[in-house]
Amino acid sequence: MIETIQSLWAAVPEPVQIPVLIVVKILVIVLPLMGAVAYLTFAERKIIGYIQVRIGPNRVGPRGWLQPIADAVKLLTKEIVLPANASRFLFLIAPVLAIGPALAAWAVVPFDEGLLLADIDAALLYVLALTSLAVYGIIIAGWASNSKYALLGAMRSAAQMVAYEIAMGFALVGVLMVGDSLNLREIVLRQAGSPLHWFVWPLLPLFVVYFVSGVAETNRAPFDVAEGESEIVAGFHVEYSGIAFGVFFLAEYANMILISTLASLMFLGGWLSPFEGWAPESWFAVPVLGTLLASGIHWLLAKTAFFLFCFLWFRATFPRYRYDQIMRLGWKVFLPLTIVWLFVEGLAQYFRIGPWFA
Amino acid sequence: MLENYLPILLFLAIGAAFGVLPLMAGFVLGPRRPDPEKLSPYECGFEAFEDARMKFDVRYYLVAILFIIFDLEIAFLFPWAVVLDRIGTAGLVAMGIFLAILVVGFVYEWKKGALEWE
Repeated sequence: MIETIQSLWAAVPEPVQIPVLIVVKILVIVLPLMGAVAYLTFAERKIIGYIQVRIGPNRVGPRGWLQPIADAVKLLTKEIVLPANASRFLFLIAPVLAIGPALAAWAVVPFDEGLLLADIDAALLYVLALTSLAVYGIIIAGWASNSKYALLGAMRSAAQMVAYEIAMGFALVGVLMVGDSLNLREIVLRQAGSPLHWFVWPLLPLFVVYFVSGVAETNRAPFDVAEGESEIVAGFHVEYSGIAFGVFFLAEYANMILISTLASLMFLGGWLSPFEGWAPESWFAVPVLGTLLASGIHWLLAKTAFFLFCFLWFRATFPRYRYDQIMRLGWKVFLPLTIVWLFVEGLAQYFRIGPWFA
Repeated sequence: MLENYLPILLFLAIGAAFGVLPLMAGFVLGPRRPDPEKLSPYECGFEAFEDARMKFDVRYYLVAILFIIFDLEIAFLFPWAVVLDRIGTAGLVAMGIFLAILVVGFVYEWKKGALEWE
């Protein structure tokens, strides 16, 4: 069996082999990601259920575990309504523009020291560019729908996303100043040593700004005025039905996972273990436990899961912000805060003020 | 060097495919029974009085313009931040002046009320 595959593979000409291998690698990243997205929706309903003292979905499969699959099948078999007044081409391209960048940004995410698809030097710039593209999907969806609620939702969402994009960009500049590289792998390796070397400590204000901006960027509660069920029905995707809506949904959750992963990579040391640097060597020598305590992809997943839990926790805890409050927070609190911190950081680095900038 | 960007190109294509394929599957698997009521834009029950692409507040434009200014600023800060350790005093002072000018502009637009949403 394996030999036949090997001989078949050898028969493939080399110029074809490389792209095929890359596509396989991409699928190895994307398919688990889609699974994670599906089960994030399930986790959301379960966790918010328990926070509100109910049990959440529990009918489809054992304890509701097949719920996301049932949802996907149901969405796929529902009619995609094309509203009569809509611009058809833009209406259909909008969900693609929403999910394409949300997935493609994963090309540069390192999962472990040698485990990444594209080791490029401009990784962070690429991520910033692709996360900025997300706003196009939303504003095109709102415009193409030719519906008042959709247009209102899209305008709100676009203004909110660009406002928080700024705060987010400044937070990234802060990371670059201590990381000395645009390459995400090198940024993580710069944090090696012990948990005290993680960038979350010297950059604590930027970390808070980054994560809160991430929540606002993905239009999640408490900043979900773009959807705001009680005000503008469903916002920009009010005219979307069936899997066309489902694709927007997938994009939103894929973006949440991306923001969480980036936050763990840039501020919490990515795949580095929190036991590194202070735990005695003998701990890592214990057969199974030792591997778990050592650095590895499982730490990245654990940190990402923690941030995702925070996303759900926020949604269950905070009431929705008013729109003017959101804009005030973005422009008048986060922007000055990040600029001041960049000045502080620049001076601290120039005069080598310890313990982090020495 | 450049071959590192091939995976990114392919990833963009696959990302788009993950948007296009479900849509195609949806059109194939889902029913298709349009009627005028279903295809009308979502409103509160009446026929739509006017085109939905109405006038909207000028402040959205203002936010977009401010965004361009600050986003450009971030794009300028990116390379500077990476080489900060190597460019010494001159680099720090130059960027300090650049940021100071932008802060003046930011204070001006704040005082002018460009950031107010009532």
